Amino acid sequence: MRYIPVTDRDRQEMLKRCKADSVEHLFSCIPEQVRLKRPLNLPPAKSEMELIKYMQSLAAQNSNTGNYACFLGAGAYDHYIPSVISHLISRQEFLTAYTPYQPEISQGTLTAIFEYQTMICELTGMDVANASMYDGASALAEACAISSGAFRKRSDIIIVEDMHPEYRETVETYLKFRDIKYTSMTVKQLLEADLTNVAGVCVQYPSFYGDIYDMQVIGDYVKQNGSLFIVCANPVALALLKSPKDFGADFVVGEGQPLGMPMGFGGPYLGFFACVKEHMRKMPGRIVGKTTDVDGKTAYVLTLQAREQHIRREKATSNICSNQALCALTATIYLSVTGKKGFKQVAQRCVDNAHYVYEGLLKTGKFEKTSDMPFFHEFTVKPKVNIAALNRYLYGHGFIGGLETDRGWLIAVTEKRTKEEMDEFIRRAGEFNG
Amino acid sequence: MRFTRDHEWIKKEGKYAYIGITDYAQQQLGDIVYVELAEEDLVLQQGDVLCAIESVKTAAEVYMPVSGTVIEANAELEDAPEKINEDPYGTYLAKIIIDDETELNDLMTEDEYNEFLESEAE
Amino acid sequence: MAELIFNLSKEGKCAFSLPESQVPSYEIDKKYTREDDVSLPEVSEVDVIRHFTNISRNNYGVDQGFYPLGSCTMKYNPKVNEDVAGLQGFTSLHPYQPEYQVQGALKAAYELGGYLCEITGMKGATLQPAAGAHGEMTGIMIIKAYHQNRNDNKRTKMIVPDSAHGTNPASAATAGYEIVQVKSDDLGLVDIDALAALMDDETAGLMLTNPNTLGLFESNITKIAKIVHDKGGLLYYDGANLNAIMGIARPFDMGFDVVHFNLHKTMSTPHGGGGPGSGPVCVREDLVRFLPKPVVCKDGERYYLDHDRKDAIGRVKAFYGNYLVYIKALAYILTMGPDGLKKASETAVLNANYIMAGIKDSFVIPYDRFCMHEFVLSGSRQKEQYGISTLDMAKRLLDYGYHPPTIYFPLIVHEGMMIEPTETESKETLDKFIEALNKIAKEAKTNPELLHDAPHNTYVRRLDEVTAARNPVLKWEKEQDE
Repeated sequence: MRYIPVTDRDRQEMLKRCKADSVEHLFSCIPEQVRLKRPLNLPPAKSEMELIKYMQSLAAQNSNTGNYACFLGAGAYDHYIPSVISHLISRQEFLTAYTPYQPEISQGTLTAIFEYQTMICELTGMDVANASMYDGASALAEACAISSGAFRKRSDIIIVEDMHPEYRETVETYLKFRDIKYTSMTVKQLLEADLTNVAGVCVQYPSFYGDIYDMQVIGDYVKQNGSLFIVCANPVALALLKSPKDFGADFVVGEGQPLGMPMGFGGPYLGFFACVKEHMRKMPGRIVGKTTDVDGKTAYVLTLQAREQHIRREKATSNICSNQALCALTATIYLSVTGKKGFKQVAQRCVDNAHYVYEGLLKTGKFEKTSDMPFFHEFTVKPKVNIAALNRYLYGHGFIGGLETDRGWLIAVTEKRTKEEMDEFIRRAGEFNG
Repeated sequence: MRFTRDHEWIKKEGKYAYIGITDYAQQQLGDIVYVELAEEDLVLQQGDVLCAIESVKTAAEVYMPVSGTVIEANAELEDAPEKINEDPYGTYLAKIIIDDETELNDLMTEDEYNEFLESEAE
Repeated sequence: MAELIFNLSKEGKCAFSLPESQVPSYEIDKKYTREDDVSLPEVSEVDVIRHFTNISRNNYGVDQGFYPLGSCTMKYNPKVNEDVAGLQGFTSLHPYQPEYQVQGALKAAYELGGYLCEITGMKGATLQPAAGAHGEMTGIMIIKAYHQNRNDNKRTKMIVPDSAHGTNPASAATAGYEIVQVKSDDLGLVDIDALAALMDDETAGLMLTNPNTLGLFESNITKIAKIVHDKGGLLYYDGANLNAIMGIARPFDMGFDVVHFNLHKTMSTPHGGGGPGSGPVCVREDLVRFLPKPVVCKDGERYYLDHDRKDAIGRVKAFYGNYLVYIKALAYILTMGPDGLKKASETAVLNANYIMAGIKDSFVIPYDRFCMHEFVLSGSRQKEQYGISTLDMAKRLLDYGYHPPTIYFPLIVHEGMMIEPTETESKETLDKFIEALNKIAKEAKTNPELLHDAPHNTYVRRLDEVTAARNPVLKWEKEQDE
C-alpha cells in the first residue's frame, strides 16, 4: 500500500495500546446486518506504471485542442495559459493546504485571495468581491437569491433570454426550490416590462450569442424601476468594454475560466462574484479582509463570517463553505502576468481575430448574418448546411467547430488562433456543401 | 425595564418603548461587530425577529418582547456597534410603539430576570 | 512585511508577450468601450514568480506535515494523480466537443460514477456538484423532487442532528426546507425516541453522517432508517465521514437513500487552500431519474451524455462538474483497489484510536469508547482548572509545527477538539503528535501564559479579527499604503 505507512508490526503495537484485540474489534460498533460481507467489486489495485498507462489510454481517446484548432466557446474559452501558472499553482503550499481557517499558517492563500478580490473589483468596478464560487452559473444563481431577499415587497427575478442556457437552467434550479418566481424575456420586452415586483434583472455581457447590448439603457431602466441589476460578464471582455459600474450594476458575476484555467472538459472553473457595498454583508462565500496581528504586523484573515453556514446554519446567506481557491490563485497569477497592458492586448487580439473570421466567413457567401450588434470574440452566423455535418467535416481537417444554437453557428475566436488556422478554417467552412 | 428569556430588555418612555439586549447577552456574544438594524415602520408580533447582531464567531437574532411597530432604529450602531458591549442598558436597538401594553406583564422584572439567569447557570 | 503584488508594480514592466498580429485591427464602437485601462499591476515574470513563491511559504500544506483536522480528512494527495489529471487529453478538452471526440473522457466519468455507486451500494451517480455543500444541496433537491413527484407536497421539514455540520441545515434551507433539530443522547448518538417523536408526514427526511461528527458509528442505524422510512421520509447520507467505512459497510445497506461524496476528502484530491473540490451524489435506483442532467450513460461501446431526463431536478452548475478534480479521484480508486480502500479505512480508524489512547490521561474524552476515523476530546479540564481554552491549545500546536485539529465542533461538546489523523500517517508521526498534545496539557498547568499568547513561532501571530469584521478592508487601495 503506497499511501499507508503503518506496518504490520506497528499495527500490533498500536492495537495493544488501544486495548483492542484486532482491527476488527475496533469496528465492533457496526452491526453485522449492515456489514459488507464481500470485497468491493472494483478493479484490482494498479501499480503507478499501470495507472499511468491506463489513464494515458483514456486521454488518448479524446481529440484535444493541442492537436485541433478550437473555434468553440459558449462559456469555455481556449485562451493561452502562461507557463508560470502551472509552476506556481502546483506548489504544495498552495495545492495541499486546507481552507485558511488558521490565519497564522495560511497567509499565502489569504494574501493571494486578498489580491484576487482587489483585481476582481478593478475588473468589474464593484466595491467588494468574495473569494470566489464554484463557477459562473452558480455565482449568478447566488446573486439572484440574494437580490430576491433584498426587499420587503418584491422578490421576482428576470433573466434575459440570451443568457447562457446552462446558466439559466442553474438559476432556475436554485430559485424554484426556494419558491422564488422568475421569468425569462428578451431585452426588448424587458425595457417595457412592469418591474414592480421584480427584485433583480440578470443580463449577460456580452450575451450568449456574443451581442453587446447598450447596457446603459438597460441599467437606467432597471434602476429607474427600483430593481437590482445583475450583470454576468466575460472577464476578458471587461478589459475593453465599459465597466459595469458605469451603467449601474449592483452585482457583477461571471465565469473566470478564461483567466488562466484550462477548459478541462468543463471544470474546475471559477465563479467570480462582486457587488456594491450595500450588499457586502449578504455576500455568499468566503471573504478575506485585512487586519493586524498582536505585534501590529499586517495580515489577512477570513472575515464577515457571521454570514456563513458554520455560524448561521439554516439562516446563512448561502450553504457554500468552500471557494475555488486554487482557481482564484490562478486568475490572480494570470492577471499579474498579463498585467495592465498584456490583459488588454489579449482582449484586443480576440476582437481582431474574431472579426477577421466573421468577415471571412461572410465573404465565402455560405453564411448569413444573424445580428447587427457589436460583438467581442464570439458571434453567430447562419450556415446553409447542417451544422453537425459541417463540424464533422471541419474535424476531419483539424478543427473543432462552433456550437449549434437556435440562432446559428456560435463561433469563438481567441488570441491563440493564428492567421493560418483562421484562413484554413474559413476556407474549409466555405467549401463544405453538405 | 422588563426582560425576556431571550435576554432582551424593553423600557417604556412616554408613548414609545426602547428595546435592547442585556449585559448577559452582550457578554455571551463577545465583541459585537455589526448590527443589522430593524427597518422602520415594520409591524411585528411578539416573538418576531426584530434585528440581528453579529460578533466575530456568532450571530444572534433579537426578538420582539411585545407586539408593536418599529419607529426608529438606532442609527448610531451602524458605525459603532461596540456601544452595545460598552453600555448594554444605555444602548437601544429600536424604538417602537407597543400595540398592547398588557403584553408587558408577561415579561420578567429585573429581580425575576436575575433569578432566571441564576437558574440557567445551574 | 510581505508586499502585495500591487506594491511591486512599475510602469513599463510586463511579463507577457503575444505573437505579432497578422490580421487587421478592429475597433469596437467607442460607445461600448471603456476609456481607462483596468488597473492591474505591471510586473515582470521574475516579480510574479518570486512574489507568489514567497507568499506560498507562509502556508502550511499536507506535504509539510501532520494535518489532523477533524471532519476534513486531510490525507496525503498522491502526486501521480496530478500527473494523470494534467494529461493534455483531459485538460485541453472543450466541454461542448461532440461525443465522438471525447469518448475517453466520458468513459472515465462513467467508470468513476460506477465505482462510487459500488462503494456506497447505490445505483446512479451525478458528478456535477462542485463541492460537498453543493452535493448536499443537490441531494436534498432530489429528495424534494421525489416527494413532489408523488404529489406529496406537505413535507416542509428536514431533520438534522444537533451534532451536524452547519452546512447540513444551510443546504436543506437552500432546497426550501424548514429545519428541525433532533438531539443526541448520552452516548453521542441520535436520540431514537426524540427522532420518532419528530418524524411525521410533514417531514421530508433526515440528514445524517455515519460515523457521526463525534466519530461514533450510529449503531442504531437500521432503526433510524425504519423510523424515517415508515413515515415516508428519505434518509440522506453526508459523505464527510466515508473514510471510516470503505469496504466495511455501505450507506445503502444501512438504509440510506441518497449520499454525497467529498472526493477532496475521502478520495485524496488536494484541497487547494479551500477548493476546488468535488461532491458527486449517488442515489438508490428509484431516485436515479431525479439526478441533475446530463448523466453519462453507455450504449454498447459508446458513451454519451443523456440530456433527455424529464424528471431531473435541473442543473446545479454549468457543464459536468469539476472534471479535472474527479479524474484524480478515479486515479486514486484505481490505485487503491478494493483491498486498498478497505485498508485505508481500517488504518484511519486504528490511527484515531491510537491517538485517543495516547492522550486519554491528559484530556477529558466525553465519549470514551472505540471511535471510528476521528474522535472529539474536551478541553474542559484545562479550561476549568487553568483557564486555558481549547483555542489556546490549538494555537500552541502551531508552535509545535502542526496544523491544529478542528475546534469548537461539534457544538455539543464543551471546548471540543476534533482529531482526525487519516490513514496516511505513520506511527512515528502519531507518537510525536501525542507527545506534543500531552506536553501542551502540562504547559496548561505550568505555564498558562505561554498558551494564552501562542502561537509564538509563526509568520504572523494571533490576529485582530474584531477590527477586520467591524471595519472591513476587503481590497487593496493605493491610498492605504501611502
